[in-house]
Amino acid sequence: MTSTTRKSAYRQGIIDAAPFILVIIPFATLFGVLATEAGLNVFETMAFSIVVIAGAAQFTALQLMQENVPTVIVLISALAVNLRMAMYSASLTPYIGAAPLWQRALCAYLTVDQSYVVGVSKFEREPAMTVPERVGYFLGAVTPIVPLWYGFTLIGALIGAQVPDSWALDFAIPITFLAMIAPMFRTAAHVVAALVAVVVALLAAGVPYSLGLIIAGIAGMMAGAQTELWMSHREGKA
Amino acid sequence: MIETSALWTVIILLGVGSFCLRFVFTGLVGDRAMPDWLLRHLRYTAVAILPALVAPQVVWPAATDGVFDIPRAAAAAVALAVGLVTKNVLMAVLSGAATLYGLLYLLG
Repeated sequence: MTSTTRKSAYRQGIIDAAPFILVIIPFATLFGVLATEAGLNVFETMAFSIVVIAGAAQFTALQLMQENVPTVIVLISALAVNLRMAMYSASLTPYIGAAPLWQRALCAYLTVDQSYVVGVSKFEREPAMTVPERVGYFLGAVTPIVPLWYGFTLIGALIGAQVPDSWALDFAIPITFLAMIAPMFRTAAHVVAALVAVVVALLAAGVPYSLGLIIAGIAGMMAGAQTELWMSHREGKA
Repeated sequence: MIETSALWTVIILLGVGSFCLRFVFTGLVGDRAMPDWLLRHLRYTAVAILPALVAPQVVWPAATDGVFDIPRAAAAAVALAVGLVTKNVLMAVLSGAATLYGLLYLLG
């Protein structure tokens, strides 16, 4: 019984994450291409994608290394871009924190923007899911994503610099993230959180080491939480 | 040219660091209860961080050296609008991509 529901949760995760295939392919290919252009060989490029498995941080590190920035600064900047993973981890904890340690470690390695978004929105919608179902669903959600991340990094590295700039692959990332965010605006508090985060992100764009992103994220989260409190107080009075 | 030793230092330490960031709460907090105020903030993690990540790239795209670009801004607006109306991620991505390529072709 448990294993069947876990299997169907896994399958549902695959289905729900499938649209991201379209995004991961250009994104991973782009990393492979840019890494090759920066002088990395195929093995180094693959190691990067498999060990780090975080697109935005990989692009950040690659960019800074090309500018001959000191290694410490490269690391701090790329980790700052990835700080959101700690927030994702915190946000997933109430849902999968009771799973065995090895499963939590596996989910941690596989926490990327797409699997987090797909997972957390499902867990919020269906609070009755059991912990094994949630882990199954989460692993399902990474199934169409992570192997393609590896595979198309390889293809990008092999085709190298043959992709013309006119394909505008750079913009695959923003478009996808916007498409992912839109269905998450379920309450006014979500909208407020996003608007505040955008305004602060633009104002803080000059803050070094990508810390503007973290400042904006925290500001947005505080705005969302406050709005939620106000709304629940108003409902309480009415 | 990127030095090989610097490259491997970055790959390995960035990998370890990223894993620690991903594991810090799920792994260490586990199923201990977290306070309400914290959970209330965490509910807005995704809707705050992702727009904050995207906004500067939409307004000042790296591909145009930070110059505002109508096709990219329009593609972003269309992807968001289609996502809001249809709640369909795939439709939103495809509409955004169509807008981007259409305008790059027309204006390019």
